[in-house]
Formats: sequence, C-alpha cells, structure tokens
Amino acid sequence: MNSQHEAARSARASAGTPISPRITLAVAGRVLTQLRRDRRTLAMLLVLPCLLISLLWWMFDATQGSVFDRVGPALLAMLPFIIMFLVTSVTTLRERSSGTLERLLAMPMGKLDFLVGYALAFGAVAAAQSVLAVGISVGLLDLDVAGPVWLLTLVAVADAVLGTALGLFVSAFAQTEFQAVQFMPLLVIPQILLCGLFVPREQLPDVLGGVSDVLPLSYAVDAMQRLTRTSRTGEVWQDVAVVAGFALGGLALGAATLRRRTA
Amino acid sequence: MMKNAVEVHDLVVVRGGREVLRNLDITIGGGVTGLLGPSGCGKSTLMRALVGVQKLAGGGVRVLGEEAGSAGLRARIGYVTQASSVYDDLTVAENLLFFARVLGVDRSAVDRVVEAVDLASHRDQVVGRMSGGQRSRASLAVALLGTPGLLVLDEPTVGLDPVLRRDLWALFHRIADAGASVFVSSHVMDEAERCDRLLLMREGRIIADGSPDEIRRKTGSDDIESAFLAIVSEDAA
Ligand SMILES: Nc1ncnc2c1ncn2[C@@H]1O[C@H](COP(=O)(O)OP(=O)(O)OP(=O)(O)O)[C@@H](O)[C@H]1O
Ligand SMILES: [Mg+2]
Repeated sequence: MNSQHEAARSARASAGTPISPRITLAVAGRVLTQLRRDRRTLAMLLVLPCLLISLLWWMFDATQGSVFDRVGPALLAMLPFIIMFLVTSVTTLRERSSGTLERLLAMPMGKLDFLVGYALAFGAVAAAQSVLAVGISVGLLDLDVAGPVWLLTLVAVADAVLGTALGLFVSAFAQTEFQAVQFMPLLVIPQILLCGLFVPREQLPDVLGGVSDVLPLSYAVDAMQRLTRTSRTGEVWQDVAVVAGFALGGLALGAATLRRRTA
Repeated sequence: MMKNAVEVHDLVVVRGGREVLRNLDITIGGGVTGLLGPSGCGKSTLMRALVGVQKLAGGGVRVLGEEAGSAGLRARIGYVTQASSVYDDLTVAENLLFFARVLGVDRSAVDRVVEAVDLASHRDQVVGRMSGGQRSRASLAVALLGTPGLLVLDEPTVGLDPVLRRDLWALFHRIADAGASVFVSSHVMDEAERCDRLLLMREGRIIADGSPDEIRRKTGSDDIESAFLAIVSEDAA
C-alpha cells in the first residue's frame, strides 16, 4: 500500500512538468532499439542517401562546370528531410494503430515526452546519416565546401528534426499508413520545387518567391549552398535558426494535435 | 481505504454518431469485477473511459478519488487494451523494460511480471514472432509492472488455454486481495464464475449487477450462461 502512495505522490509531483527526461529518453532509446532490430530500414536510412548523392555526382560527371557543387548541397538538405518525414509519419501511425500509443497516453507520459523522444531518436539517426552522406560528398565526390564541414552536418540534422516534427504532425490527420504516405506529395514536393534547386529563389515569380520564403526547406537549402560558397557562417546560422524554429513549431503543432482522449 | 475505486455517474459516450454508453451509473469497489456482454455492447468503450482516453459526451468518471484521466492517476492504473499493445519488433524483456522506465518502476519488476504471466522462457524472444496467446500475455505483463490501485483488463485471457487462464485468474485474485480493484471484461462465461461481482452489459446499459450466485438465483438458472441469456431476452422484450 505504501509504495502505491509513493507512486501516486511522485506521479503528482511530475504531473506539473510537461516533459520528463527519464520518459523522453526511454522513448528515444526504444525507438532506436526498434530501428536496430529492423536491419533493412536501418540500411536504407544510412546507405540510400549515399547512393543517391553518388548517383547525382555521376549524372553530372560529364557535364561542363560545377553543377554538382550547386545541386549536391541541395540534395544533402532534402534527403534527411524527406526520409525522416516518411519514416516518422509511418512509425507514429503504426504506434497509433497498434494500441501502444493509447497505452502510453494512459500512462504518466507527457505528449512532449513522446514527441521529443521521437525527435531525439530520429535526430540521432539523421546525424549518422548526414555524417556518411556529407563524408562521401566531400571526401569521395570532391564536393567543394568553403565553410566548416561539421556545420553542413548540423544543418542536415536540423533538417531531419524538421522532417520528424512534420511527420509527427501529419500522422494525427491520417488514419492509415497509406494516407500518411499521401501527405508527402502535399507537404514535401512543393517545398522541393520551390527551394531554389530548379529555379533560383530570387528568379521565382513574386508570389511563388513569397511562398518559398515561408517554406522551411528553402532555408535549409540556402544554408547548404552558402556553406559550399563562402566560409562566412553568420547567415548560415540564421538559416539554421529558421529551420530549427520551424521544427519546434512542428513539434508544438504535433503536441496540439496529439489527443489523449479520442472519440 | 477508499470506498469505491470507480464511480461512474450519468456517463454518456458517443462513438461514430451513435450513443454507445447511455447514462451509465456504476460503482466498482474492491475485489475482481467482471464486465460481460455481447460484442459491440460498449465494454471496451467503458474501459477506455475509466483510464481517461475516451472522449465523453456527458457525465463523469472518478477513479481512486480523482477525475478519470487526471495526470496524478496515470501511474496508479494498469490498463490492458483489447488488442495486445506491445511493440512487435522488440523482445518481451525490451518491451517491459521500456514500459518500466516510463512508469518509473524498478527494473526488477520485469522479472516479477515475466514470471507472473509465465513467459520467463520467452523473455528474449521478439514479440512479433510469438503466438497470439504469448503476445497477449506480454501485453498483460505490462499492466502488472507497477503497483496499480486499479487494474483495467480488456479481455486479457482471450485465446489462452484453460490452465493458463486459471493461473491468471488466481493472479487477479491475489492482486485484488493485496488491495487493488480489478476490472476485467470477458466473453467467456466460465470466467464469469471466477468474479466476485458481475456486471452484465447490453447496448451500453447495465442490465444485471451482482455476484455470480445472486445472478443465477435471480433467474433460477444453473449456470451463468443461461442466466445471461434469460436476462438478455427479458431485457429485449
Ligand atoms: N473507433 C470507433 N469509432 C466509432 N465507433 C466505434 C469505434 N470503436 C467502437 N465503436 C462502436 O462503439 C460500440 C461499442 O464498441 P466497444 O468496442 O466498446 O464494444 P465491446 O463491447 O468492447 O465489443 P467486443 O466484445 O467485440 O470487444 C460498437 O457499436 C462500435 O461499433
Ligand atoms: Mg471490446
């Protein structure tokens, strides 16, 4: 009986704080263990970006000029965003449909514990992914980077967390994994089109330029391209801050749409 | 000691545009209380309301002296959803360790509950590669991790063999004897006999409430199954 009262008291004490490090880390650790089990997904997460960036390099190998130096950084910014968006939206949806989310929400788990736990886990995967992709681009494929290479990786991680946050958010609006995947053309492809890869952002029609200015991927791509051109990092940090701000906003939206009580 | 673990007052729940629970008034005290009723009558919905994950359309639910779903309650309730809610790609032990960390209970609890559901020899097996009954036992084990004052178990013994069912019901009674309230839903009529108190539910209302003996006596039946049928046809009439 005594331990019961203690548990009750500690639960009440922790109820005031929206986030508990213990639970958040438990979620992150569990997600990483699940990924470790799923060899195929892990291989896709780590190897696929390297293969794609190599493919891109190969495509432009015979062309004149340094197209790869322009397009490569954009791809480095896009890949973690797209991949983490997909992985997260499908994983959280699986968590909803399997009943584990309902069970967790009936436990002393804050919404932020859940969301930040996922963001931490996929942020860590993104860091590994980016170190590999950036390493191959710079080391093997001779991508010219004027700024610090580690900052390139940081941009990629911020970008991945952004993808995770958006993925968490849209999973609230999808009933099935099939629907969740459909959000990609809606939320991701317009960002790819308008991020400055196809048409430099300043040459876009005014309206589209305005839209491009409020899309987070534009800032991630800007940051990557700046890093390859100059060694000045001031503006890069501004871009990183914008991407991080969007990621935080996405997590907040995710928390707002994650309902403990459902119909 | 608390008078009632659960007090449901005038509870209304609407799901999919239909009134699934209709002005329900229930109290649940100590011991093992069984919830029986035909498929779709609202058993799972009522359980979801008790653990605070069901949207309510009216009325209120108080659990262990607090509003159902309040933050302070969440560590004091053990809940098993009807579908086994464990991670398929983790082992039994990894699942339990994760939930133990969420609940903030010592990892020694993992060994205790693995024994309790008779999964010690499978503790390092991945849940997705276990049989249905083994999975639902893994799911049940999660609810036993803490020292909950209320256990809400939604059909925890579906698909299990008679020996294991008997052992689990003995476990439920031991938990109840230690002071917790146990609320179990079931489809299996012989399990009804094992409850201290039975609630029979039909179309979102309670149509009978009492000990198995009382319910049999009231209908003059020899077994719960015919008592149940008698009560349902009387109610439908
Ligand atoms: N997610 C949902 N959305 C809309 N309606 C639902 C949902 N889940 C259940 N219902 C409806 O609510 C009613 C009660 O469902 P509930 O799951 O509580 O039944 P139950 O008594 O647990 O049945 P069973 O014994 O088959 O598990 C059913 O008529 C069902 O159609
Ligand atoms: Mg049910």
